[in-house]
Order: sequence, then C-alpha cells, then structure tokens
Amino acid sequence: MRELTYRQALNEALAEELERDPNVFLMGEEVAEYQGAYKVSAGLLQRFGPRRIIDTPISENGFAGLGIGAAMVGLRPIIEFMTFSFSLVAFDQLVNNAPNMFMMSGGQFNIPITFRGPNGPAHQLGATHSHATENFYASVPGLKVCTPATPRDAKGLLKTAVRDDNPVLVLEAELLYSSKGMVEPPDEELLIPLGKAEVKREGSDVTVVCYAQTVPIALKVAAQLEEEDISAEIVDLRSIKPLDERAIFDSIAKTHRVVIVEQDHPYCGVGAEICYRIQKHIFDELDAPILRVSQEDVPMPYNEDLEHAVLPNAEKLVAAVKRVCYA
Amino acid sequence: MQPVEQRDEVEMLSLMLLIRRFEERASQQYQAQKIGGFCHLYIGQEAVVTGAIAAVRPDDYIITAYRDHGHALARGTSANACMAELFGKETGCSRGLGGSMHFFDKRHHMYGGHAIVAAHVPLGVGLAFAIKYRGEDRVTLCFFGDGAINQGSFHEALNLAALYRLPIIFICENNLFAMGTSVKRSTSLKQIVDRAEGYDIPGEIVDGMNFREVRDKVAEVAESIRKGSHPAFLEVRTYRYRGHSMSDPASYRTKDELEKYRLDDPIIRLRAQLTREGKLTNEQFDQLDKRAKQTVLDAVKFAEQSRELPVEKLHDYVYFNGAKS
Repeated sequence: MRELTYRQALNEALAEELERDPNVFLMGEEVAEYQGAYKVSAGLLQRFGPRRIIDTPISENGFAGLGIGAAMVGLRPIIEFMTFSFSLVAFDQLVNNAPNMFMMSGGQFNIPITFRGPNGPAHQLGATHSHATENFYASVPGLKVCTPATPRDAKGLLKTAVRDDNPVLVLEAELLYSSKGMVEPPDEELLIPLGKAEVKREGSDVTVVCYAQTVPIALKVAAQLEEEDISAEIVDLRSIKPLDERAIFDSIAKTHRVVIVEQDHPYCGVGAEICYRIQKHIFDELDAPILRVSQEDVPMPYNEDLEHAVLPNAEKLVAAVKRVCYA
Repeated sequence: MQPVEQRDEVEMLSLMLLIRRFEERASQQYQAQKIGGFCHLYIGQEAVVTGAIAAVRPDDYIITAYRDHGHALARGTSANACMAELFGKETGCSRGLGGSMHFFDKRHHMYGGHAIVAAHVPLGVGLAFAIKYRGEDRVTLCFFGDGAINQGSFHEALNLAALYRLPIIFICENNLFAMGTSVKRSTSLKQIVDRAEGYDIPGEIVDGMNFREVRDKVAEVAESIRKGSHPAFLEVRTYRYRGHSMSDPASYRTKDELEKYRLDDPIIRLRAQLTREGKLTNEQFDQLDKRAKQTVLDAVKFAEQSRELPVEKLHDYVYFNGAKS
C-alpha cells in the first residue's frame, strides 16, 4: 500500500483501463491539452495520444450523446463532465438515451459507458455549480450510480465502472480531490464492486449511513462522539444504485439507531429511499425514529456562512446522533 | 474499399411499395386499436430512405427519428418483425418493448428509432466517431426531420462532426412540417441546407420524390466520404401525405397542396421512369403491388398470432449482465 491523493487514484484508474482495453477512450472539456480542469487526466494525452484523449467544445449534450452512440457499436467511452452540475445540460442523453436503449431495443443495445466528474457542493460556487445529482440519477432505471469517498474507493469503483456493460455514473467528490489515503500498489488489480458498502469505522451505539463528501464528516463526528462515550458505526454506501441494503440492515441490527447523512436535498433525497427500506424490512430493530441530515431545501447561497448553514455539517450530525441516542 | 453493390431498380420500387402498403395497413390496424401509442406514417416519403439505402453498403450504419417504419423495412427488417413490434409482441424487432417510435435491428445495422426530436443526432455522430476511431471505411446515415434543425443537440452534433471530420451524412427529410408548424414558421433561414454552411459542412438540396436523384446524390457523397472522412448534409425535400401522427387530421394545410404532391408521387414517378425505359410492364407492376399487399397481410397475421413478452422477463431488459447476446 502507498499513499495517493483521490485525484491521483482516479488518474491511475483511467490510465490502467486505457492501457488494458483499446476500446476505452476519454472525452470531455479540457481533458487533454489542459490536463483536466481538476487535473484528473494529467499526463494522459502525452501517454495515450489525441486519438484516445479527446478535448471537446462546450457541448455537454453533444459529446454525451456521441459517447452513447459510440457505445452502441462496442466502444467503451469515459465521458468527463467538468462538474455534474453541467451534466444537467445533457440530462436528456443521460436519462432518455443511455439507460433506455437496452429496454427500448428489446435487449439488442446495451450501453457500456462511464460518465464521471465532480459532483456535490464545493466551496462558494453558488446555486448553479453546487448540485448534488445523485438522487436525480439514482431514480432512473437503467443507470448505476457510485459515489467514492476515498482514494482507494475512487480507483476501484472507476475501474469497475469502465468494465461494466451498462451506463455508470461515477460521482466524484469535488472537495476530496486532494485528500489522501492508502491504495494498493499498481501491480495489484484493484476492482471494487458496485453495490457494495463498506463499514469505515465500527461502532455499537448508532449507525451513521453516509457517502461521498459526508464520509469525512461522519468519521470526524464519530471520533468526537467517542469522547462522549457514544460509539458510532460509519457505513459508507460507496454506491447509491445498486444499494447495499444488507450492509445497512446488518449495522442497524447491531446498533438499533440510525442517522443518514447525505449531500443532496432532503425532498426525494437518497435518505428518503433508505428510510423507506429500513422501516419496511427491519422496523422492529429500531429503537428510535430515523433521522436525516442533508442540505436544506433551498438553492445554494453564495455567502460563506449561509452556505455552511445549508450544507450537512458536523454540528448538525452530532445533534442528530444525540437525538436518536436520547443522549 | 469494399464496393457498393448496385441495387436493382425494380427491386427498389418493390421496396417502396412494401413501405407504402405496410403503412396503409398499419393505419388501418391502428384505427382498429390493434396498435397503441403514437404512430407516425412514412407515406409520401418512401423515395428518401429507399434511395439512400440503395446507395450504401449493408454494413453502413443508419439511425433515424420516430417516423422509422420505412427505415427498418428498407434496411431489411422483415415486415413480420415490424408489424409485430407495432402490435407489442415478443417477435417484434424490439421485442414489443420499443413500439412504433423505437424500431431497432442490430443485425441490419439499424440503430433506431429515436423519439426525442434531434436527441439521436449526437448518437449518429457517435456511430461515425466509432467508424473513424477504428479506421473503417463505413458511412453513417443520420436521418431526421425538418423539426430537428432548431434543437440544440442538432447544432452541437453538427459542430462535433465537422470538428472531428467524421464520416456521416446528415439527411434532413424536409416534409415542410414539424408536426403542425411549417418550416416558414419555425426556421429563420430560407433554406434548411444553409444550416450546414454554418458548420463548414458541404450541403446540397435533393428532390426527395425522385428515387434516382436521392440514390445518386447519396452514392456520390458516400464515395467521397469513404475516400477521406468528412461530414456532409443533404436537405431532401419530400412530403408526408398523412398527418404528423395518426391523431392529426393535418388541417393546417390545404387539399390543393396535398394533391399537388400526390401528382409527384415517388412510386408513380419511378414506375413511369421504368415503364418508359421498357424495364417494367403494367402487369409486372401489378404483381409487385399484389406481392407487397400479401406480405403485409401475412405480417398482420404473424403479429396477431405472436405472443407477448411475459411479465416475469421484464427485469431482464433493464441491465445487461453479459449472459445474453
């Protein structure tokens, strides 16, 4: 194992998959000559050339659709959105074309494509650039959605996504690109399956379900609560769809209390679905109502203090955990 | 470079008749409520797809919008599979899961059948991208209507195709109406073909009621593309005799206008050309027409007798798991 940043881990995943399969190519705004808006594709143009690392004009609908068309005849495109906030310009391609093709064609055309890029609020980017899109896309049958929170998960999930025969969205955590973590050496193949959560910290009093940018918040809160004798188990979903229900249920069967901390909006958010499944399947395990911590139900303000107030944060999570623990 | 096989003109006339008779029968079956959803007929436009298909190889890629029955039939999808699709049966070309607007046929390189206006134009560019990526000499034919040219995805797609010099022919089937809105009321340009100029793509106007003109123009452009990859644009002027869909009485245009175009019917025109040249007798034409009608009647019977996809199989068509081909 060696330490990598989240950005370097993604870069390694891209390079390994480009190396492995000549049908894989990377396309998006500023991915080639500029070396990536967030430098995730740094060095790839030099290594793989302009045939496979392709700059596009600012035409999200156009190049997302181009990727889907190329995937219909067996190429395996990786389409980068500079941010998933911009994927909304390509919403029609992501919702109408990529996931519907397999059903509409009676099973003749599957779409082996990866859409990736930063997702979720970053820092003071305002309402248009702060979207957490996971709940939009997870609601669409035919799409798979993953949300890595660590360099290791970022590498392993991206590689799996590229090899999947269906459209997969890899929603990277914009605030975590420079975060560091231990990753297997390059000569060890690292593939992390979609739909497999991971317990990032074991605990016995309360389960905190989290993903992406809420994972470091949850870990920080768990460390803090330990000093107050509350033992929190941190379950990182890693994939939103498919969802690892089993991992959530197993943890709750142990703790009997749960808080879901999500980076999207509360209305029809990821946590709403998880709440439904918990009460449906393991209602009797619960010793307290489920609580959710999410963004507030408002467009993102620019002002720093107001932004902090809108985001899910450590203070809100601590308060929610204490409430479900009746502490 | 693989040569394009010369297609017999009588055979192509026969194909146009098949499309015409198929659509007439589909209309009747729709009224009898055997067909659900929306149903857009191709009657009047047959020479466009037939001419284009006659000019390319079977392994070239084609993709189109929702008025797609003629495109599948022209590509070689059987009338049985097309009619069964309209009936929602498992034997349909999309197993009854796509319907009228979503005909697909992988074996015949027919990539749909797409129902969001112009959303498939970037897909067509993607097919062409794959051709160039692999260094092949195929061509993509990307069909769409005059309504598509004001949609953003169309413009993005044309720019990408020109920028990357992709092997694609954009074929605008200009039937003068986007649903009920005439080109005059929807488009700032006097001629649609001028859209191509804005992207530095060579464009030409073609008479879509004339099979030979469509075929010869597509052949010429396709040959140029195979020699050195580039996009091209054809504005093919045609006319649909029926409304936009089965529910549209087309009251936005006059009977006189329709009659004017009917006199210029693509089937009558090719028939007259072949008859004049001594390549077709009246008896032969009648035989062809009789055969087309019978093929379509047989297709209705086939569709009626086919079974539907069982509901237990529905979830097999959401995600591909590598088990099926």
